[in-house]
Amino acid sequence: MTSPVGRNRSVSDRARELARVTLPPTLVALLIILLWYGITFYVLETDRRFLLPPPHAVIQEGILNTEVLLEILGGLRQTAMVSVLGLAIAFAIGFSMSLVMSQAKWIERSLYPWAVVCQTVPILAIVPLLGFWFGFGLMSRVTVCVIISLFPIVINSLTGLQGADPRLHDLLTLHNANRWTRALRLQIPAARPLIFTGLRTSAGLSVIGAIVGDFFFGRGQPGLGILLDRYSRRLRSEELLTAVIVACLLGVVAFWIFGVIGRRAVGHWDPSWAEEKH
Amino acid sequence: MDPVITFADVTKSFGVIDALDTIRLTIQKGEFVSLLGPSGCGKSTVLRLGSGLIEPTSGAIERSSDNIGYIFQEPTLMPWRTVWKNVTFLGELEGLPREECKRRAEEVLELVGLGEYRHLYPLALSGGMKMRTSIARSMLLDPDLFLFDEPFGALDQISRARLNEELCSLFSERHFAGLFVTHSVDEAVFLASRLLVMSKRPGRIVAEFEIPYEFPRQPEIRYEPEFAVLAGEVAAALEQGS
Repeated sequence: MTSPVGRNRSVSDRARELARVTLPPTLVALLIILLWYGITFYVLETDRRFLLPPPHAVIQEGILNTEVLLEILGGLRQTAMVSVLGLAIAFAIGFSMSLVMSQAKWIERSLYPWAVVCQTVPILAIVPLLGFWFGFGLMSRVTVCVIISLFPIVINSLTGLQGADPRLHDLLTLHNANRWTRALRLQIPAARPLIFTGLRTSAGLSVIGAIVGDFFFGRGQPGLGILLDRYSRRLRSEELLTAVIVACLLGVVAFWIFGVIGRRAVGHWDPSWAEEKH
Repeated sequence: MDPVITFADVTKSFGVIDALDTIRLTIQKGEFVSLLGPSGCGKSTVLRLGSGLIEPTSGAIERSSDNIGYIFQEPTLMPWRTVWKNVTFLGELEGLPREECKRRAEEVLELVGLGEYRHLYPLALSGGMKMRTSIARSMLLDPDLFLFDEPFGALDQISRARLNEELCSLFSERHFAGLFVTHSVDEAVFLASRLLVMSKRPGRIVAEFEIPYEFPRQPEIRYEPEFAVLAGEVAAALEQGS
């Protein structure tokens, strides 16, 4: 049983830990806000302040104005949905590709270059083509997310699947394990830390993909990309900055969620995930 | 005579490199053989051949059973599995009935002194505890032949000596056939009923010693003058071979 003293220590430890994690970025945020005010009021001339309205004006116009807030939250929902869908599909394709590639060198040699193509393809160049093929709705936007977030999943999963201890492979060979058993009992469990690393990276990229697709297709249910474009064209700086901040927060939350899931799933046995507590 | 494994004029080459030269070796049931030799002489290759992981270039290897326990240089545990799940792993793989697997796992964990640590992950274990888990994992299937690939080389002196004693007790109790590769003369003499010395590459057996001590052995025999004389003779043979 935990003694009251022990419990108090644990609570104060937790508070200290929370402060240690949250205080530095909060201080940086305060510095940024100060810098922001400085630029608005001391660098920009009065008639050019629309380029960077002060933070309180952004809060007033972008957050306290219910109409704008609802519009941005609607965009957030749409973008989040597209990016989650894109990430799920990218994971299904990417993990399957890496699993197949890990089974034979010739398959890896055949597929790997195409995974690299996904990484190097200039996404802006093929966005019009995707619109041409799939229309300007959900399908195209999700496809952009898939293309942009596929590579980290493939490369991390493949590295993890191929990185299982060769002596454990020997152990399975000694016990006549077939390919399926080997994948299920050794390769996939061993690859989990890197699979989560890939997912965490791709989650952020998928958000970018959803916004880029939205921005360029510019039709259908508006996501954050369409709103960014709309506010930019109308020189509505306060709303534009609010949408930018919300888009950034969505990326951060996506990264954070997979960080938490990864720590919960493998942090108790994988040092690289366990260390991230510090 | 009850041979568990026989190497008949076995050679092994890797490309242009000759690793082993005409190995003749028979290990009987209840016999613990230490294999000593300089680095790179092919000791681990003998074990890999013995286990069937690789095939000889010429000659033949006969085993009386496929139930072989292989202990690697490192503990080679699955870090995502607890001690218990690591120990039961081979039972799951071989389709051992759940209750039987559980009974055996309880038994071997008690035998290696890890009963109360069963819920820990390898990350939380010391080097010695990891190696005990590895030994327990191999013991689950009660193999007829144990192959040890210098399992205690990475441990500190105290843990190594303690594990030598524990392994010696296990052997005294279970009387499996064992082939134990090591660099340490003292370890080889203490554990073995018979000791073989290999030459440098291409490895061949250049000396053989019968170890006169009965099992179970007391740790103190390592400090007896006869032990030191025997270890000196083995070291001299090792020196000659390399």
